[in-house]
Amino acid sequence: MIKILVCISNVPDTTTKIKFANSNKTLDSVGTQWIINPWDELALTRAIELKEAAPAFVQSVTVAHVGMIDAEPTIRKALAMGADDAIRVNAIANDSYSVAMQLAEVIKNNSFDIILCGIESSDYNNSTVGGMLSEILEIPSVSSVSSITIENDKVQLKREIDGGFETISVASPFVAIAQKGIAKEPRIPSMRGIMTARTKTLQVVEGVQADALVEYVEFELPVAKSSCKKVDAENVKELINLLHNEAKVI
Amino acid sequence: MSVLVYTENWDGKFKKLTFELISYANEIASKLNMDVTALSIGDVSDDELQKLGKYGAKKILSVKDAKLKNLENNVYTSIISKAATTINASVVILSNNNTGKAIAPRLSVKLKAGLASGVVDLPSSYEPFIIKKKIFSGKAFANVCIKTPVKVVTLFQNSFEIKVSETNAVIENIAMDANEADFKTTIIDVNKQTNKLLLTDADIVVSGGRGMRGPENWWAIEELAKLLDAATACSRPVSDEGWRTHEEHTGQTGKVIAPNLYIACGISGAIQHIAGISSTKCIVAINKDPEAPIFEVADYGIVGDVMTVLPELISAVKEFKNSI
Repeated sequence: MIKILVCISNVPDTTTKIKFANSNKTLDSVGTQWIINPWDELALTRAIELKEAAPAFVQSVTVAHVGMIDAEPTIRKALAMGADDAIRVNAIANDSYSVAMQLAEVIKNNSFDIILCGIESSDYNNSTVGGMLSEILEIPSVSSVSSITIENDKVQLKREIDGGFETISVASPFVAIAQKGIAKEPRIPSMRGIMTARTKTLQVVEGVQADALVEYVEFELPVAKSSCKKVDAENVKELINLLHNEAKVI
Repeated sequence: MSVLVYTENWDGKFKKLTFELISYANEIASKLNMDVTALSIGDVSDDELQKLGKYGAKKILSVKDAKLKNLENNVYTSIISKAATTINASVVILSNNNTGKAIAPRLSVKLKAGLASGVVDLPSSYEPFIIKKKIFSGKAFANVCIKTPVKVVTLFQNSFEIKVSETNAVIENIAMDANEADFKTTIIDVNKQTNKLLLTDADIVVSGGRGMRGPENWWAIEELAKLLDAATACSRPVSDEGWRTHEEHTGQTGKVIAPNLYIACGISGAIQHIAGISSTKCIVAINKDPEAPIFEVADYGIVGDVMTVLPELISAVKEFKNSI
């Protein structure tokens, strides 16, 4: 029997218009909808599918999150999707390293065989927590995982590489860093899932001392692009001329 | 003290991003009064290695070993961290692609060095070390301060211009000292095409969306791409429908690319798609809906049916190619 841990991040909905506050020192989250990071959501979906497909092999799917109490609706959603239980490390997520340190502590205190992380979070796009976690725990990491399957109690992974993919096997415990393809669509919680999520265990543990290695000093928005130059559909030669002489890209 | 660059090759030839990384490192090294050392893992010839000198690498460390054919996160991290320690690297630079994403975080922990990933510019300050990175998939930027003595940086592709800086590079072959037990993963099978232009390494990308109406019309995308030496890409609905493979899906949850020219054919431009192409130098949009959001980010646009415009564009490109 194996236990799966899925690490989830709580991020603004991907359609959010980004604004900053406090002279661009913090994110302005007024009116922001918070969701499970899309890659984590796909990883969680796959973990639940694995348990459903091999209930005699996959004992449980746990989710872990590092953050304050305001992330609990997001964690409950993960439980509604089908995770068995959840752990919230009550600590401020200062940087990827401190988050990885907190998660490492959770893993040391419990035993998990497969640790799944999304390849990046849609807010800070760091792509770092999964890799850092594996190095802190000194366990293998497989990155850019686009498929995870269990056959005859053996785990097999597919990793995307330049121009194709590799099929990989690895001994547990390991960290699999999931990218698109790991699951087809994120699972939508059922009514029953939402009801049962209320009674599932959401354990809150206090964080350990974990110093950040980097600090976000200031945020900025991109400069607005100049307007689009329209070319008549009857005159595509003009487009070639502009691309060659003006934009100088062909 | 030195600036270390982890180089990447594709079938023994350096990827374009490698020259970009060396040029970028050269700029940082000159500000810090240091030299650039490049590290190459894999079967790369001396002639090819010498090319790194052209962009400012002073020393090239080359590790060739048949066992290193495939990326093994654990072993690669050890090799790079050992090289960084040996040359007393103060900044280690990698690409922000799948390889960099696999190794840089492990390296950061191993070297106890803060990591800034997906950076798009030179540091705005060296003491303290502050550098700009992309966040929210390009919808904003953050200035990050790395507080540790050693820094790890992954550079977002195509965000720095390749600059020639002729240097006499010295090649030093080093042996891999990893043993069997360090290889934690077993590769059962490799399935890759080597004769294909990589989407993330292409200067020009031709991309199709749902406006293409069906996979039977993709010949037009492919023909235009072939004429322009471009890679092909697609929007999310197209890969979800199975018209094209997931490897081509460009956007927030797919590939994030930054070519010089991106031609969006029949792509409306959902915010998630834009996020994947926002660093492109020049965007051309062809769409029959003049209100399509893609026109808000495009530099040039043609309002019209993509299956009428594309064949004309193909013949115009042919004519242009013949004229030069």
